[in-house]
Amino acid sequence: MPSPRYIREIPARYRLEASRCTACGKVVYPGRKVCPSCGSREAETVRLSTKGTVVTSTVIHVPPDEFLNEAPYAMAVVETPEGARLMTQIVDCDPSTVLPGMMVDLEFRRVREERKSGILCYGHKGVPAGT
Amino acid sequence: MREVAVIGTGMTRFGELWDSSLRDLCVEAGLKALESAGADKLDSIYIGNMSAGQFVGQEHLGPLMADYLGMAGVPAARVESACASGGMALRSAFFEVASGASDLVLAAGVEKMNDGADVTGVLATASDQEAEVYYGVTFPGLYAMVARAHMEKYGTTVEDMSWVSVKAHRNGARNPNAQFRRLVSLEDVMMSTMVAEPLRMLHCSPVTDGAAAVLLCPVDRAKEFTDRPVKILASAAATSTLSLTHRKDMADLDVVELSAERAYKMAGLTPGDIHVAEVHDCFAIAEICCYEALGFVERGKGKDAAKDGVTDLGGRIPVNMSGGLKSKGHPVGATGIAQAITIVEQLRGEAGESQVEGARVGLAQNMGGSGASSVIHIFQGV
Repeated sequence: MPSPRYIREIPARYRLEASRCTACGKVVYPGRKVCPSCGSREAETVRLSTKGTVVTSTVIHVPPDEFLNEAPYAMAVVETPEGARLMTQIVDCDPSTVLPGMMVDLEFRRVREERKSGILCYGHKGVPAGT
Repeated sequence: MREVAVIGTGMTRFGELWDSSLRDLCVEAGLKALESAGADKLDSIYIGNMSAGQFVGQEHLGPLMADYLGMAGVPAARVESACASGGMALRSAFFEVASGASDLVLAAGVEKMNDGADVTGVLATASDQEAEVYYGVTFPGLYAMVARAHMEKYGTTVEDMSWVSVKAHRNGARNPNAQFRRLVSLEDVMMSTMVAEPLRMLHCSPVTDGAAAVLLCPVDRAKEFTDRPVKILASAAATSTLSLTHRKDMADLDVVELSAERAYKMAGLTPGDIHVAEVHDCFAIAEICCYEALGFVERGKGKDAAKDGVTDLGGRIPVNMSGGLKSKGHPVGATGIAQAITIVEQLRGEAGESQVEGARVGLAQNMGGSGASSVIHIFQGV
């Protein structure tokens, strides 16, 4: 991907920056201008906790080309204590154990690498809580 | 608004059609639709297509298809809403005729998926690139997450989903245009290759080439073209969040429910008035969610419908008599139009071995993304 596109996403991906609506308190990740809950356009930037609970999950056996070497891998929608939800891989465990209700910590990891001479792409992945 | 009728239909066979290009497919379906109505002129054309730009490197399908249909000069544009592109093209054509702006409008849908593109990657662009796809999720993966959420909430099982696939293939086996005209057993489905847990290959619709087209005109002109026009009673659409993570409840396809409420209101009907339906079974779990969201069964009871024969031929509400996306095939931009054609054939009494006896009102539901867009049309035989 072109580097400006990558750089624009760094606050969300590296620091887990989200937006909190100053009218209704809804936290949404990645942040946005208009609150999806109440429609307010007043929001502040907050950082999410680096932990959460699996809401739903899957194990990808047929991956996109960039993830061929990693399959099978677990993916989950994780809800943080702030009520924000994010899509992430869950690693450092048997993928079949990643099920709704599992507690995870979010760690800074390499997510993907582009083809030859491309950008190394980082972000957060979930690991079993307390490991 | 004027009343609008379907007066002509045409589609290609669905499958891996190595001898046909994107434009070949669209032209074949479009000409068949024109010929079936004896029409040789058009006022306007809409082309439903998800991603010819990524699949074969071709954008700007409006003028391309108008030109190759022998209609250069006619206004034409592509309509895109991922896998709901066909349904949205039909909706655009419907409103152009209903408004009085045009009389003869062609709504075509086409997708050429088997020309060497990274299909998994292309389809994933219908979900959120920055917030979902970046992390390695696939389209089957997103619906697998819907399935797991549905299992958690309602106790749906892999076997329940598998019965949907068994039914799809039983119907598709009777459809001469279907990609996979063969029966599968419950065991075949449950032992097929794992794609994204808990979804296996036979819970997933295939990669398909194909095109479909319908010709619309005002009801008061329909008899000039056909003895058996089919009226469009409602065209309704809705959106939800693009990203699955932001849905209120990942177990329910809220977008389908919202589009259904609007469609029933526009038609002045209730779910019990529908005699036959085509729903967007891109994955078996989606069909179960659609049963519930369309009001064919109570919420949480979708899991039993296929297993108990409720949605089979001869059941209370037969669904996907074409074989659905699963068995008929899913050329994404063409699907919404092909669904409409199945319903039109049913209401004309032309569905052969798959005919639902006494079908007078039918519904077609077409979905985009992981449930981010949905478009519904309700039809009635005239």
